[in-house]
Amino acid sequence: MSIESLIILIYILVLASYLGFELIAKVPPTLHTPLMSGSNAISGITIVGALLACNELGYTSLSKWLGMAALVLATVNVVGGYAVTDRMLKMFKKK
Amino acid sequence: MTIAIQLAYLIASILFILGIKYMNKTKDARRGNILSAVGMMIAILATLVQIESVTFVEIIVCILLGSAIGLYYAYKVEMTKIPEMVALFNGFGGLASFSVALSEYFLKSGIDLPEIDGIASTSIILSVLIGGVTFTGSMIAFLKLNGSISGSPITFKGQHPLNLLLLIAFMVASVFAYMNQSDPTFMIILMVISLLLGILTVIPIGGADMPVVISLLNSYSGMAACATGFILNNNVLIVAGSLVGASGIILTQIMCKAMNRSLTNVLLGGFGQAVTSAQQDGPEIVVKEVGVEEAAMLFDSASSVIVVPGYGMAVAQAQHVIRELMEQCEKRNIDFKFAIHPVAGRMPGHMNVLLAEANISYDKLIEMDSINDEFPNTDLVFIVGANDVVNPAARTNPQSPIFGMPILNADKARTVIVSKRSMGKGYAGVENELFGYPNCLMLFGDAKQTITKVVSEMKDMS
Repeated sequence: MSIESLIILIYILVLASYLGFELIAKVPPTLHTPLMSGSNAISGITIVGALLACNELGYTSLSKWLGMAALVLATVNVVGGYAVTDRMLKMFKKK
Repeated sequence: MTIAIQLAYLIASILFILGIKYMNKTKDARRGNILSAVGMMIAILATLVQIESVTFVEIIVCILLGSAIGLYYAYKVEMTKIPEMVALFNGFGGLASFSVALSEYFLKSGIDLPEIDGIASTSIILSVLIGGVTFTGSMIAFLKLNGSISGSPITFKGQHPLNLLLLIAFMVASVFAYMNQSDPTFMIILMVISLLLGILTVIPIGGADMPVVISLLNSYSGMAACATGFILNNNVLIVAGSLVGASGIILTQIMCKAMNRSLTNVLLGGFGQAVTSAQQDGPEIVVKEVGVEEAAMLFDSASSVIVVPGYGMAVAQAQHVIRELMEQCEKRNIDFKFAIHPVAGRMPGHMNVLLAEANISYDKLIEMDSINDEFPNTDLVFIVGANDVVNPAARTNPQSPIFGMPILNADKARTVIVSKRSMGKGYAGVENELFGYPNCLMLFGDAKQTITKVVSEMKDMS
């Protein structure tokens, strides 16, 4: 990777973190548990990396197996995280 | 084609940001979560088009397996066990980043001429460190929360120097791993150290501090995803990872503030082990008991009631009978609210979920800062399964370990009823002087049973 693309990635990191702080500070405490399980699901974005790591022919290499393990784990994280968050948010009702 | 893929990743990033923005309002939150899930779907599809079609079989098998486990757990888990689930899933996220980084390392270092440059190598090593710590740290948090290992802090002599030593060893091994890329020995050393560090940093932290730990590990899992983004030169991982990282850090700060502790103080661990002698020598607390009939009469004659729920309420499964109590009170036009302390429950916002599950409208759940001024004008405060968060010693006794912690001023109400199984102490291991106050009455017994009796007494009255 060139130093230029690294700088761009760092820009993205800094700006996205700042945006994250601004947005999340406004989330009401009532929703902190769903926020956490929902953001947990978002951190499952590693699934992108896992898919790319699986993209190798044959089953002989260690990196392929690691990629497949990562794929299962990240999928649990993504699917389970979004599902449980939805289940919780469905319960929040105003009467 | 690559432009389409990049655009798809951009759209996914925007949807993650919007998803979190919609979490700002309770009524929009569900839509926000769905938007975020759509973003994830787009990111996955944009990745799948880059993949060799012959590997689709194993990819589909892995995704189906992961989805089945995730869905099963998500729909089966009890709301009291959400903290365990979040801890476990955090750990999975960490392990996924850890595995992706290693996969990348073994792919590129396995060939004759290793091609990992300084930036990629640093990203891989960081991803292994953060991912490894997140994984084992979350597993320990999970085991502590579900009671498989004791919630009390595990400390030993030289614990902190050992952690420092391991960190230094990690840095040294990193340099060697970079210089000898074809030799996996150093990478294995890095793996082992990072997994060890996760265990060692979480075992000294007590069960009461787990809300802080889960929030922090949540942040780590985001940072691990970020590091993976640097390995793959992929923006969507960095955006998503930063959002999660920021979220975890904010929640960690909120939790620390609510317990009047610094993050360092929490992380060094050992809190709640030693009760200061000043506490133990204090005068014996003499309590007044109240029976269910009298309690029912107190509810009946009140014009305003605030319930202070604690995790003990959820353990006793009393939230549903509390809703019945609320219905009885509302029939009598009694103003009925809930006061929620930021650390009520076992993770940030946990109490709100438990009460929402019992069908209690979320506009009845009031945060500490908004409700604290209302206590002096309240006829009756009903404390169920909460202890430390209403202990006036936090305001009055500089000797108390919880001194300075923001509390709910329940003691200022005209009458206080405490539903409690016995005279046991709270998480912090501190006596609660509120129980001896003249306006405080103890309703001993299992919360669910006693409240059920109070409710049936009230039904008989009307």
